[in-house]
Parts: sequence; structure tokens; C-alpha cells
Amino acid sequence: MEEAFVFAILTATATVRVATPLILCAMAGLFSERSGVIDISLEGKMLAAAFAAATIAAVTGSAWLGLAGGVTAAICLALLHGFACITHNGNQVVSGLAINILASGLTVVLGIAWFHRGGDTPSLEAAARFMPITLPLADSVAGMPVLGTLYSRLLSGHNLLVYVAFLAVPLVWWVVYRTRFGLRLRAVGENPTAVDTAGISVTWLRYRAVLICGVLTGIAGTYLSIAHNASFVRDMTAGQGYIALAAMIFGKWRPWPAFGACLMFGLLDAIAIRLQGVHVPGIGEVPVQFIQALPYIMTVVLLAGFMGRAVAPKAIGVPYVKER
Amino acid sequence: MNGELPRWIDIGLIPILNLCMALLVSGLIILAIGEDPLQAVAIMVRGAFGYEEGIGYTLYYATNFIFTGLAVAVAFHAGLFNIGGEGQAYIGGLGVGLILLAFDSVLPFAILAPLGIIAAAAFGAAWAAIPAYLQAYRGSHIVITTIMFNFIAAALMVYLLVNVLIKPGQMSPESRVFLPNAHLPFMHEMLAGLGIQFTSTPLNISLIWALVCCVGVWAYIWRTRWGYELRTVGFNESAAVYAGIRPRRIVVATMCISGALAGFVGLNEIMGVHHRLLINFTAGYGFTGIAVSLMGRNHPFGIVLASLLFGALYQGGAELAFEVPTITRELVVTIQGLVILFSGALAYMSTPWVTRIYRALNRPAVASSEV
Repeated sequence: MEEAFVFAILTATATVRVATPLILCAMAGLFSERSGVIDISLEGKMLAAAFAAATIAAVTGSAWLGLAGGVTAAICLALLHGFACITHNGNQVVSGLAINILASGLTVVLGIAWFHRGGDTPSLEAAARFMPITLPLADSVAGMPVLGTLYSRLLSGHNLLVYVAFLAVPLVWWVVYRTRFGLRLRAVGENPTAVDTAGISVTWLRYRAVLICGVLTGIAGTYLSIAHNASFVRDMTAGQGYIALAAMIFGKWRPWPAFGACLMFGLLDAIAIRLQGVHVPGIGEVPVQFIQALPYIMTVVLLAGFMGRAVAPKAIGVPYVKER
Repeated sequence: MNGELPRWIDIGLIPILNLCMALLVSGLIILAIGEDPLQAVAIMVRGAFGYEEGIGYTLYYATNFIFTGLAVAVAFHAGLFNIGGEGQAYIGGLGVGLILLAFDSVLPFAILAPLGIIAAAAFGAAWAAIPAYLQAYRGSHIVITTIMFNFIAAALMVYLLVNVLIKPGQMSPESRVFLPNAHLPFMHEMLAGLGIQFTSTPLNISLIWALVCCVGVWAYIWRTRWGYELRTVGFNESAAVYAGIRPRRIVVATMCISGALAGFVGLNEIMGVHHRLLINFTAGYGFTGIAVSLMGRNHPFGIVLASLLFGALYQGGAELAFEVPTITRELVVTIQGLVILFSGALAYMSTPWVTRIYRALNRPAVASSEV
């Protein structure tokens, strides 16, 4: 029993760590897509942010400047996406793809030119990273059974950005469903003409959504390179931006379900490592690649309408052109 | 876009302008990392076209890009965005590999070659058919499903090669090498047969098949009833319904053709070059196909030109990475991203001011024709 509990705590902690960038990116994608702008470039923005954060943290030795750099890099790419899709009515999928490819190439090119480590950045010292925070009293209650362990092992001991990610979910929910901006955001993704007729600028609304998307992906990338790890490694996002996209769709473009999907996909990832070579009774050995592919398979099945209906915002992917 | 510009500006000048902007930004990046852009261009051009081996590699890369470019273009004409060329190429290669592993000891080349073509097409088409079916009949978005299928294909291939198809007693996840009767002839071998000396390169007969596919796609889209229906669906789906066309069937059929074309990358790579099944042989060719198709304006002729350009970029980039230590192959990836950005997402950025300049230059002519 004791052993199972410890195992569960360990798995839950691993899940939280894996899910953090997914949550941030899913929330980021939610803003963009709810405003009607498809964003498959979560991956690229996160990668660019991870590189920028690690670079600046390595040069200045400050985690906070690293965070600022990461967010700035992601915002730049988000603005580029906005410039192509909102200002110039470009194809949103093509633009997102371009950003992903650009980021995957440019981070390595610049990394090699600046650091000469095959695309990686130097290892960071503790001061240049976001280190685990021990919540108040965590050490003194650690000895208490169950609740104490839960508090000290699961809730405490994460870095700042993990808490930011988990607090972002209620905040995003509140912004999207309880503020005027959120109402307009949802409206512009469904029927931009109506929003325009009401005298609200579609362009400015969408730009704001894309900017928020940039900020959140920037935090996600920063988390990867200077909080979760101690340096930037080439291609370190490794498809997590796409998993986050899948999670957001799996959550039907809503904050809480998307959060749940992120946790589930994070859990799958945490389990995949532990299940390697383990015989599951009745099934046999589950291939680790199957568990890795499971988020994508589940998203496809959901989209196919076999697990409830996932309906995208109506105006998604369509550039808004004012009628003359 | 607005139909006001003459054709030569719309399909000639503007794509070149976009390409120039992408190359200009690439030049700035090379400058930023402390190298000389002009020297880099010189090395790339020499590397891609300057000597026999370079030309061979350029054409070998171009072969892959013709296949994936055509795949994207066919889907585009039906209003579909097939972003899954990468996965379809991967599975196409799996099909080729499975057939050759099964039959290379019993069948002669004359039967294996068409079998390989059929297997590449069938597996690629099957991998594209599922997202197509889901788009047509279950209403899920094809962009998202094809992205997901890329990842599923990658996981499947790693599983198969690590656990099932791996040659026993070997560490790297590769199958055994096919017997020589299952290898497509290299171009240098065929030229030697004609008495022409050519350096040994990966370029093989797949290039000719790629050109055949170009003609086939052109004829299909612009010279057949099915192609007409395909374009009608892409242009206006509700009008197509009134014309008695069933868009759902067109969607599935088009994606099958698109997937089959992408699958031929497997033919070039597995049967033509590597002669065994291995992981990651697609190396991003599927994504490059999107850039190729955008630059080639979804027309086979344009796609051949764009494929040559990207082939030169890949080969020249390899040469550049070899000669200049601070530059790596990722520079090519960066340039590719910029080309997709400028000739895809920002394709119409230059149109307004080109129109303005054109109008300014032609004002007297317009005025006289109005009188």
C-alpha cells in the first residue's frame, strides 16, 4: 500500500512536470484559435523561446532576463504570424508551418554560431534558472502520513513556472468566459462580421489574441530550457507543441477540458517511461511507441466524432476581409 | 489576387520577388553569424551545379521534392491542405520495404520494379485515405488529422524497425539489405550502359518516374473529367454539388492520389538509394513539398523548377556546411522556412504595391483606351 502510494506520488509529480509546457501552450493556442486564427506554430514559438531564454540566461546569468528574452522571442514570432494571417490574409497553416521550420533551423544556426556546441547552449548555474520552490511548512509536515507527503512531494518543490502554468488555467477561464474581452474574443472566432458591425476592430482583437498566445508559449519555452532543464538542447520541444495543440482540440477549445487533456497526455508520457519492458497482465508488453502515439490517436478518434463532438470555432482559418 | 495584373507579373514577377525577399533575409542571417553571404551563394551554386557529383545530388534531392510537391499540389487543387506528406512518404517507404523484403529472393527485377511502385503508391494512399475519409464523412479537419498521422507514422516505423524488421544481431534499427535484383538502377549505371561516364551519385531512375508523374498529374488535373471535378470541388464545393459532383468521393480520391505521390519518396529512398528499410529516411522532404508546391504555384512545371531550386539548396547547403565551419545544414532549413513564409504566407504582401507601380506605369494607356 505504502509502495503504491509513493509510486502514485512519483508518477503524479512527473506528470506535473511534463504537463506544464503542454498546459501553457494549450492555453496559448486556445486564445489564438478562439479568435479565429489557426496556430500550428506553438511548437516553433516554444522552441524559439527556449533558445532565447537559455541564451540570455547564459549571457546575463539572470533567470528573469531569460524569461523576458524567451517571451520576447515568442511574441516576435506571434506578431509575424499575425502580420501574415491578420494583416495580409495569408494562409494560417502555411504561416504556422513556416514559423515552425524557421525556428527549428534558426535556433541551431544561431546556437552553433554563438556557442560552438553543436546547437546546444552552455549549462546554466542555479542563479540563472528557476529553481524548485519549497512551499511554507513543507519540510515540517513531510513526516505526516498521506496529507503531509502529498503537500511536500506533490504540491511543493516545483519551480515558479509550474505554478504559473497551473494558475494560468483558471485565469484563462475567467478571461475567456467572464470578461468583455473574452466575450468579444469568442465572438470574433465565430462571426467576425457581427463583431465588426458592432464597431469593434476584428484586426486589433485578433492581434491581442495572438500576442497573448506569444506570451504563454514564451513562458512554456522558458520553462523547458531554464527551469525544467539547465540548457537549451537542439529540437528540445520534440513535438510537445503539437501534443499541446492536440490537447487543446481534445479539450474542445475550452480551458478546463484542455487542462484535463494536458494532464492526461502528461500522465501517458510519465507512464510510458515506467512501462518500458514491463509486462501488463492480460495485454503483454505494451510498446512504448504506442503510448507515445496515443495522444495523437486519441485526438484523431475524438475529431472523428467517435468520442463526443469537437467543434472548432466557426470562423477559424478564414481571414477576415471587410466587405466594401 | 485581384485579376488586374497581367499573367506574367502574377505568375512570374511576384513569385520571384517573394523568393528574393526570402533570400535577402537569409543573407542577413548569414551576415549576422559573421560570414559573407555572397561567398556563401558562390559556394552553394558551385556545390549544386559546378561538378558532376553536385549535379547528381541536386537532381536526387529534386526527385523527392517533385513527388512531395505534386502531392501537395494535387490536394491544393481540391481545396485540401495535405500537411501529411511526411507520414505518407514514410509509410510509402514501408510498403516498398515490405514487398522487397518478402519477394527479393524469388522475383526478378522486371516484376519487383512495378511491384515497388504499386506498394509505395498503395501504402502512401492508404495512409492519406484515413484522414481523407474522416474529413469527408466525419467532419474532422484534414490539417489536424494529417499532422497527427505524421506522428503516428513516425511512432509506427520506430516500433516496426526496432522490434520487428530489424536485422538480427545489429544495433541500429535497420532491416537487412535487399538483394541486388531489388535495387533500382542508378543513373550513373544507366549512363555507363550508354557509354557515358558519370560520377557515382544517389541519382537513380526514380527521377524519370517523377517526370512521368508530373505529366500524369498535369493531364489528370487539366485534361480529364475527374480533374475537372476535382478543381470544381476545390473552387466551390456547393456549386460542385449542383453540378452533380459528389465532393466526398472527390476528397477521398484526391487524397489517395496525393498520398500515393508522396509515397513515391519511399521508392526513391528505399528502393533507389538505401536498399534497406531504415528510420527517418524522409528527412523533412514532405514538409519541403509544401514550399515546393507554393513556389511552383501548384503547377507541375513550376514544381519541377521549384524542386530544382530546393534540390540545389539542399546540395549547395551541404557543400556550404562542409566548407564553412560555422555554417551547418540547418541554414538550409532556415532558408526553407523563409521561403515558405514569403512565398506562402506572405504571398500577397507585395501585390498591392506592385499593382500601384503597374497602374502608375500604365496610366496613359488606360486613359486612351477609355476614350
